[in-house]
Formats: sequence, structure tokens, C-alpha cells
Amino acid sequence: MHVPDGFIDAPVSVGAGVLATAGVAVCLRGARRELDDRTAPLAGLVAAFVFAVQMLNFPVAAGTSGHLLGGALAAILVGPYTGALCVAVVLIVQALLFADGGLTAIGVNVVDMALITVVVGYLLFRLLVRALPYRRSTVTVAAFTAAAVSVPVSSLGFVTFYALGGTTDVSLATVTTAVLGVHVLIGIGEGLITALTVGSILAVRPDLVAAVRDRLPALELRRPAPATAPEAAPEAAP
Amino acid sequence: MSRRTLLVAGLLVTLLLAGVASFYASSDPDGLEKAAQDTGIAAKAEDSAVDDSPLAGYETTGVDDGRISGGLAGVVGVGVTFLLVGGLVYAVRRGRPKDGAER
Repeated sequence: MHVPDGFIDAPVSVGAGVLATAGVAVCLRGARRELDDRTAPLAGLVAAFVFAVQMLNFPVAAGTSGHLLGGALAAILVGPYTGALCVAVVLIVQALLFADGGLTAIGVNVVDMALITVVVGYLLFRLLVRALPYRRSTVTVAAFTAAAVSVPVSSLGFVTFYALGGTTDVSLATVTTAVLGVHVLIGIGEGLITALTVGSILAVRPDLVAAVRDRLPALELRRPAPATAPEAAPEAAP
Repeated sequence: MSRRTLLVAGLLVTLLLAGVASFYASSDPDGLEKAAQDTGIAAKAEDSAVDDSPLAGYETTGVDDGRISGGLAGVVGVGVTFLLVGGLVYAVRRGRPKDGAER
């Protein structure tokens, strides 16, 4: 969904750049709190994974493909502030090194694909996870739903920028229908990839999924039973 | 599974996806490109200023084999992204109180 140069006029592109910069600044502050000893080593991997999977375009309709955006996935795995930073770095690398997405459109792309996907995906995921009983299946369904919804909402971000500063006179209704329709389909792919990835990590290390950490059942200590009764009471969990 | 094992396995999977699996990805235009072509807004699209850079379009300039050209671009992208975010995380965490010291 990378917007190339030329789709959005200069003033709106600059405005989007300002908005993106402000968003990234907020994320840098938030990430400082979010990046604990468990999350920090994962952030680089999550960003690299999003970059890799964004290369894997899957077919969605005749002659049309889609790819992961990754905002919901990153937010679920490492938290919303860090997650948005991960996707923003991916988008900047893609624009500068791979000519994927215009240089003047970096602001538009960061707002659409890093900020909107994270806000929508994370909030919806948290809402569902809190409403449902904690099980791996329910968390996986929540991840699917949050990611699937984040894509069409993100595409509406593009439509909004087009409404404000589109360079062609194609009607807003035409653009909205075409862009939104295909991104509902792409959202299904986004949901599947997100659910598969989150489900896999939940299966092996649920404590490394940042957005469910407060929902995990209390961990049991699996130490071999001592031969004699311990003298002191076992230390309380931190 | 230890966190270290998970990280190494995750990085391996990531490199395989970008370096090998990407060759089999659909080359059809993505949703926005297709919608832009169909509606006509693509008429105003301009080439990126870095369109002739060595990795533009996820192809490595000077490498003829498509499989290697794309795979190499993918692996470089994974490496650059990993290092940039790793560095950013390090910078953000500098001066932060150690876990347990806060609150």
C-alpha cells in the first residue's frame, strides 16, 4: 500500500510529514517505558520480520496482490509505541533503499501504515483480549480480527489524504470504493499472517507477547520438590 | 524454548522469507497500485528520486539471476532493518533505570 510520489500534493504531503514526525516522537517517549529487558531484544527481529513478510505479496483477486502491513502484529508482540517505531523504520528503509514508496510520501505512508494500523490494531486487540476468557485460541482470534480490521482503516487514511490533497480529479467516491474494497480482502491475509505468527509465539513463549502479558495466568514454578520441607516460606513472586 | 533460541530461529525464518520465499511472491500490482491504475489516479505517479539506486525495486543492480538478485536485496533489507531498530532500541534505553529499579 506504499504511496508513490505524485499522488498527494506538496502541502498535504508536508502536513502528513509533520503528523508522522509528531507520532514518531510520541512513540520514542512511549517506547522508553515499554522497552523492558524482555521486549528490547525482540524489537529488531520484529521489524526485520515485518520487512521480510512485506516482500511476500499474496494474490487477493484477479491481477491484484496484497502484503502484510504489520502494524497490528508488531504492536501485539512488542507493544504499540515500539511496534509503530518498528514499522516506521521498515517504511523509511523501503523508501530510501528500495524505492518502494515515494520520498515525498514518507509522511503519508508512516501515518497510514505505521500509526493508523498500530492504533486500530492494538486498541481492538486489547479490547477483545480483555472481553474474552484467556486462552490461546481466543487470543489468536483477537489477533486475526484486530489485524484484519487495521488494513481497511489504514486504506481510509490514504483516502483521507487523497480527499485533502489528491493530484487528480478522480471523484472521492470512486477512489474510496476501489481502495477500500480491495483492502478488505487484503485485511483477511493480514489477519491470517498475524494470527499464525502470534499463535506460534504464544505456543512456545507466551510471556514474550507484550500485549497479553497482564492476562497470563500466574506462572507455576516447576522446580523439583525438595527432599525435605523447606524451612522458610517460598519467596513471593516478584 | 529459551529466548535466545527463539531469537535465532526467528532471524533464520526471517532471512529465509526475505532471501528465498520472496522469489515466489505474487508480482501482480498490490491493492493500492491496482486501484490507482483502475481509477486513473496513477496517471500522476512519479518515479522515486532513488529509482536508480542499487537495490531499487528489490533487485540488486548487476546481478542477472532474478532469484539471487531479489534474495540478496531481501537479505540486505532484513539486515539493515534489524540493525537500525536494534540501534534505536539501544539509544532509547540508554539512561533508563534498570528493570526493577523503577516504580
